Amino acid sequence: MTSTVLEFRGVTKRFGTLVANNSISLSLAEGEVLALLGENGAGKTTLMNILFGHYQADEGEILVGGNRLPPGSTQAALDAGIGMVHQHFTLAGNLSVLENILLGTESLFSIRQQTGAARKKLARLAEDYGLAVDTDALVGSLSVGERQRVEILKALYRDVRILILDEPTAVLTPQEADNLFATLKSMTRQGLSVIFISHKLHEILAVSDRVAVLRRGEIAGEIETAKADRHKLAEMMVGRTVTRPKLTAMEPGDAVLEIKDLSAGKTGAEGLKKVNLTIHAHEIVGIAGVAGNGQRTLADVLSGLQGSFSGSVALNGGALPAGDPRAIVASGVGRIPEDRHARGVVGEMQLWENLIAEDIRSQDVSRGGLIIDRGRATDRANRQIEAFDVRCEGPDAETKLLSGGNMQKLILARALSREPSFILANQPVRGLDEGAIAYVQEQLLEARKRGAAILLISEDLDELMALSDRIAVISHGRLSEALPTSARTTAEIGLMMAGQPVAGEAA
Amino acid sequence: MGDIFEILLTAGFWAATIRIASPLIFGTLGELICERAGVLNLGIEGIMTVGAMAGWMWVYQGGGLWGGVVFAAMVGAMFGLLHAGFTVHMGLSQHVTGIGITLFASSLSYFIYRMLLPSATTPPKIEPFDEVAIPGLSDIPVIGEALFNQSPLTYLAFVSVPAVWYVLYRTPLGLAVRMAGENPVAVEAQGINVLSIRTAAVMVGSGFMAIGGAFITMSWFDAFYFGMINGRGWICVALVIFASWRPGPALAGAIIFAGLEALQVRAQQSVGAFIPYQFFLALPYVMSIIAMIIMARRTKYPQALLVPFRRGERV
Amino acid sequence: MIIEPRQSVSLLRAGLAPVWAILAAMLICAVLIIWTGTNVLTAYGLLLKGAFGSAFAINETLTRSIPLIFTGLAAAVAFRAKFYNIGGEGQLYAGALAATYFGTGLITLPSFLMIPFLMIMGAIAGGLLLLVPVLLKTRMKVDEVVTTLLLNFVVLLLVGYLIEGPWKDPMSLGWPQAASIIDEGVLPTLLAKGRLHLGFIIAVAIAVLIWAMMRFSVLGYEIRAVGYNAGAAEFSGIKVGRTVVITAMISGGLAGLAGVSETAGLKGYLTLDLSPGFGYTGIAVAMLAQLNALAVIPAAIFLSAVYVGADAMSRAVNIPTYIADVLVGASVLAVLCSVLFSQYRVRFR
Repeated sequence: MTSTVLEFRGVTKRFGTLVANNSISLSLAEGEVLALLGENGAGKTTLMNILFGHYQADEGEILVGGNRLPPGSTQAALDAGIGMVHQHFTLAGNLSVLENILLGTESLFSIRQQTGAARKKLARLAEDYGLAVDTDALVGSLSVGERQRVEILKALYRDVRILILDEPTAVLTPQEADNLFATLKSMTRQGLSVIFISHKLHEILAVSDRVAVLRRGEIAGEIETAKADRHKLAEMMVGRTVTRPKLTAMEPGDAVLEIKDLSAGKTGAEGLKKVNLTIHAHEIVGIAGVAGNGQRTLADVLSGLQGSFSGSVALNGGALPAGDPRAIVASGVGRIPEDRHARGVVGEMQLWENLIAEDIRSQDVSRGGLIIDRGRATDRANRQIEAFDVRCEGPDAETKLLSGGNMQKLILARALSREPSFILANQPVRGLDEGAIAYVQEQLLEARKRGAAILLISEDLDELMALSDRIAVISHGRLSEALPTSARTTAEIGLMMAGQPVAGEAA
Repeated sequence: MGDIFEILLTAGFWAATIRIASPLIFGTLGELICERAGVLNLGIEGIMTVGAMAGWMWVYQGGGLWGGVVFAAMVGAMFGLLHAGFTVHMGLSQHVTGIGITLFASSLSYFIYRMLLPSATTPPKIEPFDEVAIPGLSDIPVIGEALFNQSPLTYLAFVSVPAVWYVLYRTPLGLAVRMAGENPVAVEAQGINVLSIRTAAVMVGSGFMAIGGAFITMSWFDAFYFGMINGRGWICVALVIFASWRPGPALAGAIIFAGLEALQVRAQQSVGAFIPYQFFLALPYVMSIIAMIIMARRTKYPQALLVPFRRGERV
Repeated sequence: MIIEPRQSVSLLRAGLAPVWAILAAMLICAVLIIWTGTNVLTAYGLLLKGAFGSAFAINETLTRSIPLIFTGLAAAVAFRAKFYNIGGEGQLYAGALAATYFGTGLITLPSFLMIPFLMIMGAIAGGLLLLVPVLLKTRMKVDEVVTTLLLNFVVLLLVGYLIEGPWKDPMSLGWPQAASIIDEGVLPTLLAKGRLHLGFIIAVAIAVLIWAMMRFSVLGYEIRAVGYNAGAAEFSGIKVGRTVVITAMISGGLAGLAGVSETAGLKGYLTLDLSPGFGYTGIAVAMLAQLNALAVIPAAIFLSAVYVGADAMSRAVNIPTYIADVLVGASVLAVLCSVLFSQYRVRFR
């Protein structure tokens, strides 16, 4: 058995009454890939934040190579040879790759940066691990995959012995993810140890030696990867058999949304180029793609945030009232935004206020579009809160106090209550726990059954494969034909996400 | 028009331009340092006032001139610390804090001035910095007289520009400051304390601002008047935007503005009979607004400007 | 230092925040008072007496609160939408210019029409002045703080030019001041003695109106939503740019009213010392009121009392009147802090 390089001993962290980590004990061996599996909110990120000194544990300690790690110090963790690649990259787009890597590696008070030596070392690392990047490029000009390479180089440049990767594949195409796994293998061959945080079971099975499962802040179990399978891991993670809702076959109805030759936005990857798509009643169409390839522009056009485009978007035979969110909502569109906090709700306002946001000038909740009709707004809010099972203290509660799942239910309540004929669901389950994910997906399927046409944009291929009748792939603003889900394989979709044409697909 | 061209050729005009530019250079560099670290410092107007008062008062109470400059910088840095405590450590609104610091620092300056000199009707004077001619260079016609026969504080201002540039772009500390203004999480992830970096930047920047104020009472004039900063701090904030947060263009901007002001003083004498003097006085303010409009679409803001950072929080 | 949000903030705790702030500001000023050699209690006693000690004092305090209510409302409304209008001083003078232009003989109407007419013109002038910064902000993302601040200086120079030049009152014996507002336009005094005038009732009525607007109207809802979370507001269909422009027009208009009320109510004519910084003090008023329009009234009266009381205090003992400005500046900072502490729990370790 190889030696233990890192050990958590009885680490406990509380936030008020919430116990984020409860007496966690865990060890990592040299040259090992340990997968840390758990749902959103299980405490994975908190544990890593404790390791990195962002939080201090209330109880317990962490040993690195047998020595106690001083708590509350990022510098101590770095000095002990621990590196971390965060899920949200910690890079500055306006600075060069070299500057991003050099930060913090030299004494702050040295009189000059040693860029020459740094370049040499980086060239060597890039060669050793197959991580080529242009060191003088601005990080802002790099692709997501390249940025992740910069993040890994940043850690390697510091000669880390332990590398932690937090949800590293969330933004990668399947092929890019495979490259990453290859890099990880070459690292462990050279004696590095890796902690791989994820909630994607197939990745964990592919890349790890051992799996530790976190559930509600506790270690729910540890298992050799060789002895694990998907089913077992899922059960350990959620604590019961997972039943995500499934798609039942259904005959599509009339065309509800028809997009023809839609071009919009900037000329870069985010701009749309001649997009064509038709979605029918009783149908969910999924859009796969790496973030930043035009999904946002498409969602902005359909939700009314962007009014200038060429081509046509028709809804139920009529033109979509472009650039006017309220008119779009009134004409029968339900919108679930990508980011609940930034777009979905106003956290400082009360629940009932958020529930009337989309139709505040309508006769339902205002008098003449000028004065808010508090009574009717509250009545309606009560009904919607009940119908969508939003757990809260009542319609007067402050919205920011809701949990992520309940906040998403609030948004569903607002978007789906009026039974829209078309639903734009942009990353509807991102960051939710298993229970809330199941709820949101059930609601979407319920709407499909009722006859709604649904556009589902997601970065999670598994989710798309499970929920979509048809799948299209977006890359550099170009949308592929939407083919029945059964006619596509994950590998094909991955290649298309990377912008490569697939045999049989019109370019 | 002929008059104006003649003015542009005189050494006196250029000497005045360089002198008037000096406080703007200090103030703009100070604001630039703060904003590069991600903190908008609207306390600048008050900090320049308190610097003007502190430096002057030090000398008036019998201290040396350079001691006064150091004292002013230290007082400025203390107000910077106050600003950083509010905006960096407590994450409070940078706009409102800055305005509060300006109100507090300037009224405190006036209060202390009145307290120490309760009955002075005409502002008492000090012996300000003398011009120092740089041997050799100052003998060059026109240019020598304009550039190389200035107050030592002016030389300091001009030397500060490449010094600040070097620190920001060529040292690890400068990299950390710039990164703190772009992505503070990245700074923290590399084991550097963002709060310390930002606090230090705001303190140093505020020190620069205060020296800018001190220049006005200790080198340009020889006494402290009420309202003598007169919006120069706000002009510096505009100049930072005009310069796209770079020291070199900040220097250029300060000289252009100072040139305008020097020109208007002289133009008043030639065309003052036809155009009211208030028009000339309003020029720098109007030009500042125009400068901001010109640069508005082109500049790259520090990405984390105005964004507070809390440890352990994801951005 | 660890800062954690409180799960819920009781009304009492929120309401007490400005009180703590005022106490903190008074404590800071107490240090200065001790330095002057005066007993702190004596000094604050004199201040209180100067502000509220007699019918005359109260009358004077309320009179000086009028422009502060207007400029405080101006800041409160704008700050709600996160539009930092620091140009209240300039907009006040713009309102005064309008009152002078229309109110010194150009148009003569009966009083009950003339006064509203001047008010409306002043509000329009204040709003128009803010139009440039707000359009620069919404169209080109130019920071409004700097533009509104710079415009203050420009407007003051314009006023200086006008009252020394074309608008100079020939009867003023050489003083730079404009002609007097005609009798029909003058705001009548409310009491037999003292200077308290109709402007006070107008200011209070408008404060109530603004409060109701923010709380009950769709526009108020939209202003709050834009201020809290512009992204979510835009997504829900609120026209963010348009809402900010409307907010700015209301804000500038309110500050303009302060100028009309000072010109047509208190002074009777326009001079360069019409406002000793009411525009800036309005920011402190708004912050103390925590941007609540009704709370602006007591906050304005409080700061007015500080100024009036400080005048009386400095006449009696050797304390410069600038103590009042120090207290205003300190209270802006202190209220920021105390509101934070009311919403968050701070732990040290």
